[in-house]
Amino acid sequence: MGTTPTATADSAQQPTAAEPPVLEARGIVKRFGHVEALRGADFTVHRGEVVALIGDNGAGKSTLIKTLSGVHAPDEGEIRVGGRPVRFATPVDARRAGVETVYQDLAVADDLSVAANLYLGREILRSGPLGRLGLLDKRAMRLGAAAALNELGVRIPRVTTPIAMLSGGQRQCVAVARAIIWATNVVILDEPTAALGVVQTGRVLDVVRRARDAGMSVVLVSHNMPQVLEIADRVEVLRLGRRAARLRADEVTTDDLVAAMTGSTSVASDER
Amino acid sequence: MSTVEATTGTQHGTPGDWFRERISHAVSELTAATALVVLFVALSVASPYFLTADNLFNIGAQTAVIAIIATAQTMVIITKGIDLSVGSVAALAGVVGAMVVRDLGFPLWAATMVAIGVGATAGLLNGLLVTVARIPPFIATLGTMSVGRGLVFIITGAVGVYGLPRSFQLLGNGEIVGIPFAVVITVLVAVGVAFLLSQTRFGQYTYAMGSNLEAARRSGIRVGRHLTGVYVLAGVLVGLGGMIAASRVNSGQPNYGISLELDVIAAAVIGGASLFGGQGRIVGTIIGAFLIALVRNGAVLLDISIHYQQVIVGLIIWAAVYFDQYRRRRLESRG
Repeated sequence: MGTTPTATADSAQQPTAAEPPVLEARGIVKRFGHVEALRGADFTVHRGEVVALIGDNGAGKSTLIKTLSGVHAPDEGEIRVGGRPVRFATPVDARRAGVETVYQDLAVADDLSVAANLYLGREILRSGPLGRLGLLDKRAMRLGAAAALNELGVRIPRVTTPIAMLSGGQRQCVAVARAIIWATNVVILDEPTAALGVVQTGRVLDVVRRARDAGMSVVLVSHNMPQVLEIADRVEVLRLGRRAARLRADEVTTDDLVAAMTGSTSVASDER
Repeated sequence: MSTVEATTGTQHGTPGDWFRERISHAVSELTAATALVVLFVALSVASPYFLTADNLFNIGAQTAVIAIIATAQTMVIITKGIDLSVGSVAALAGVVGAMVVRDLGFPLWAATMVAIGVGATAGLLNGLLVTVARIPPFIATLGTMSVGRGLVFIITGAVGVYGLPRSFQLLGNGEIVGIPFAVVITVLVAVGVAFLLSQTRFGQYTYAMGSNLEAARRSGIRVGRHLTGVYVLAGVLVGLGGMIAASRVNSGQPNYGISLELDVIAAAVIGGASLFGGQGRIVGTIIGAFLIALVRNGAVLLDISIHYQQVIVGLIIWAAVYFDQYRRRRLESRG
């Protein structure tokens, strides 16, 4: 690829230029003691696109993700959702703003059923006084879960199955589906396929594509460069706590990505 | 994409899987129930006293206290915690309940409320130690166990609280149409907690926290508050159980409940509660409590020394926990 030098990273965003980015980080600084993990990092996600966030170990990917999902509060800088500045004190704040995150291995409660996991923290209660006592409407959650999973193409035997009885891939599909179902703006996936085999990875990526096609924005953190190029529309590269490049996935090769990550060339998007 | 879906559809929907999924939760309960029936029949044959009305009434009342406190223990175990303080908190509640009747002339219902309040306070303390001070449940409740027992001896001067009116025996020895009052209370408690765990959001969060605390926290569940709530509710039941135990002997006994935690943990684990958290049902715990009470009762009837009873309960705990781990490993190896 990489054959259309006219299309710069910025022109790639032209179609959505009228609408403000659905999620944007500007000049984020985050220090842990005297270690500066993020040094003025920028990040942009537009509606309906899959953006891969890549970077070498220690580049600040995890910290940036945790800032965007409300786990860490930034020391400096600004996060905007739909152009509006927001402050995420907790993950719950981020979720209220429509930003859902799937963490690498903390995604699901194994002993709970698929339906219970999809609705965890957002249970449907019976209507009326029984609901006020905290009585669950299990039927509504079963039906809702089955419908939502079906729409995303996630096939599991039954929504009443405990997560522990699913395969790793099915489990991850449920976790990703859970985020997609509840997100109104952005789904952040931190290495969603790192522990999965080829077939299972394919299934997770299918779910991601379906969500994107339905207008969801997805941020994908991945070390797998071919996968990044396969699924992402755009790639943002983080290096030493700053954004080092913004690339269109259909214009670059894995070599370009690696070069941008390691800084063996000057900022790749400027060259093009 | 359609081929992918087709393979996922067939790969995991076999009847064998469905069956395994259904019984995986009930396996411990069925095993325990079978053991219960076998033991019941064996004791009927071995001792002429076993099937007498008096003895059955006695077993019922004995099971009641273990069952109520084991129900409390089950809730805590589901959260991946453990409550070692149940014995001394039950003793403290029973002793205080007896004292307010004897010294302050409280009616029985008010004394029961006081005992429940003592249990709830201890539960709150346990909950705060675990959630705020972040002391592991094992150590936190070990401390409460020691503090509670110390308080019992301090306030009683290590002497039992006697001189109570006969009405004090209502909870432990009273009956309604031949059914021990304690059994009626136990059934109400068990049904109530079973309903709470299986049908309400509180129950859902209890399982979620025990299954994956971090996932629960990130799902927006206020885990500190909920976990504390579980310990408080457990304390309420322990207080109630302590009061019934005191009522049975018509006195407050400072030595009551020593090593009771073993009996109730055994009851919970036999019934399928997992010490790894996230699993456990009250129906199993009740069966487990019955089994423990039968072992105790049978040992008395067959004139087996109390020391051997300890050994038997210990063996049962080993077996139950081993079985729990075995089940977990098998489940996980499928993942």
